[in-house]
Amino acid sequence: MYQTSLISSVICHNRHCFELRWNLSKAKNKLRFKYFSITNKFCQLENQNPNVYKTTDDRTATLDEEDDTVVDEFDQREIFDLIRDINDPEHPLSLEQLHVVQENLISIDNGKNSILINFTPTIPHCSMATLIGLSIRVKLLRCLPSRFKVRVEVTPGTHNAEHQVNKQLADKERVAAALENSHLIKVINQCIASRNRG
Amino acid sequence: MGKLELVQTLKKDNGRVWNLDWHPKGDSLASCGEEKSIRIWTKDLTGKWSNRVVLTDGHKRTIRQVSWSPCGNYLASGSFDATTCIWDKKSGEFECNATLEGHENEVKSIAWSKSGHLLATCSRDKSVWVWEVADEDEYDCAAVLNAHSQDVKKVIFHPEKDLLASASYDDTIKLFRDDPNDGDWVCCGTLAGHESTVWSISFDKTGTRLASCSDDNTVKIWKEYPPGNPEGIATQDGDSAWKCVCTLSGHHERTIYDIHWCHLTGFIATASGDDAIRIFKEEEGCDPNSPNFNLVCVVDNAHNQDVNCVTWNPVVPGLLASCSDDGEIKIWEFRE
Repeated sequence: MYQTSLISSVICHNRHCFELRWNLSKAKNKLRFKYFSITNKFCQLENQNPNVYKTTDDRTATLDEEDDTVVDEFDQREIFDLIRDINDPEHPLSLEQLHVVQENLISIDNGKNSILINFTPTIPHCSMATLIGLSIRVKLLRCLPSRFKVRVEVTPGTHNAEHQVNKQLADKERVAAALENSHLIKVINQCIASRNRG
Repeated sequence: MGKLELVQTLKKDNGRVWNLDWHPKGDSLASCGEEKSIRIWTKDLTGKWSNRVVLTDGHKRTIRQVSWSPCGNYLASGSFDATTCIWDKKSGEFECNATLEGHENEVKSIAWSKSGHLLATCSRDKSVWVWEVADEDEYDCAAVLNAHSQDVKKVIFHPEKDLLASASYDDTIKLFRDDPNDGDWVCCGTLAGHESTVWSISFDKTGTRLASCSDDNTVKIWKEYPPGNPEGIATQDGDSAWKCVCTLSGHHERTIYDIHWCHLTGFIATASGDDAIRIFKEEEGCDPNSPNFNLVCVVDNAHNQDVNCVTWNPVVPGLLASCSDDGEIKIWEFRE
């Protein structure tokens, strides 16, 4: 059932995908950000048949959460809710549907103001890994209080250039410079813009 | 233990403040950051620091670093827009009278040599450029150095000699000097040891030691061993060897973004992503080949977010300025 809907949306997604790639290759020329491997052809999806997973149900608020007098700390689920609807740059699917982000791969320490998100690229040579990580970072940067120190890292052992991707995502100076690039921020905004969940 | 006391908090910038630089006379402070303008802070009649001058329209993107020339008449600024601007006050007001172009992308750092005749810039394009200050508002590119394999974060000059040091995302520090035979600039040393990005470096007063700080949460102290040194450290081609003689680990919880070795007092200050400012002091009477540095002061939550820069006043001992992602600049006084 998921498979059929995926194929039809991939077809109508092609034009969109072309635009994304065109924008990004312009950004790449300017910035030398290596999001794509050189052998990639236009409109050739890198991972043509990703596994699609069922999304989790919306959470129901507990009595405590509705009580304004109770201090309600940020928890795993809240962070997950912020990032699960981010769009995959390649497929018309959310990061949750592709199991790129999972609730149990988020850790949060309210006392230390630190959050660690592990994300799992769909394939180990995914050239979109940095872009996906950047989208997660930007989303949390905009949504969370500034006291939080967010680290976004590839789930250990799931990407060929794991160390490289992690180092780039952790370098706030390079992230700041990337976000000043109008082409790149456009693509990231497209990834972050929430879609209606079916 | 020493005490770092807050003198004043300055806030005007919109967004992250990346860098600060004291005027060589110590009476004014330049700041820069995300808001694309440079602010100059001076003491007013009541003895409080206030912002009088704002330099705008020089850069189109974030200004990463500002640096006063040793004579104090020029201010250089390096920006993510790939240019370096040189500002001066010849007309009575600060104006940008020269723009240095050439880097392919973001300029990360700039440095003046002691004499003021040389200016170095570095960029994410992995290169370090050396400019000669020729005539009035004229800068000639003397060298393009491609020794680093990654983004270059910081350049500084030796306090006495025309020796240039650079720190990079490739985890190394490199040293450059010009070859007296042909005038070409060459890489004359690579300092490897850090396990991640080297964010900043600072020479001590004599220039025979260098402190570095890194994304690996450590500080390293490097010592110069000139040719024929009594310790018997091997040197090559008449260039000094630099060896790491001390590593300060376990003190910082996150990336250390800046380090500054005070030339008046010998204290080392660090700025870290864990929001703290730390001050280290060398233990007296220790072996110069394996010195000890003790943590003499920590201010937790010195800022509300990452501390990006710490800098000691060049004239007033113990006066320290810091700035942060939270948009604030703080002036501190350190007492032992």
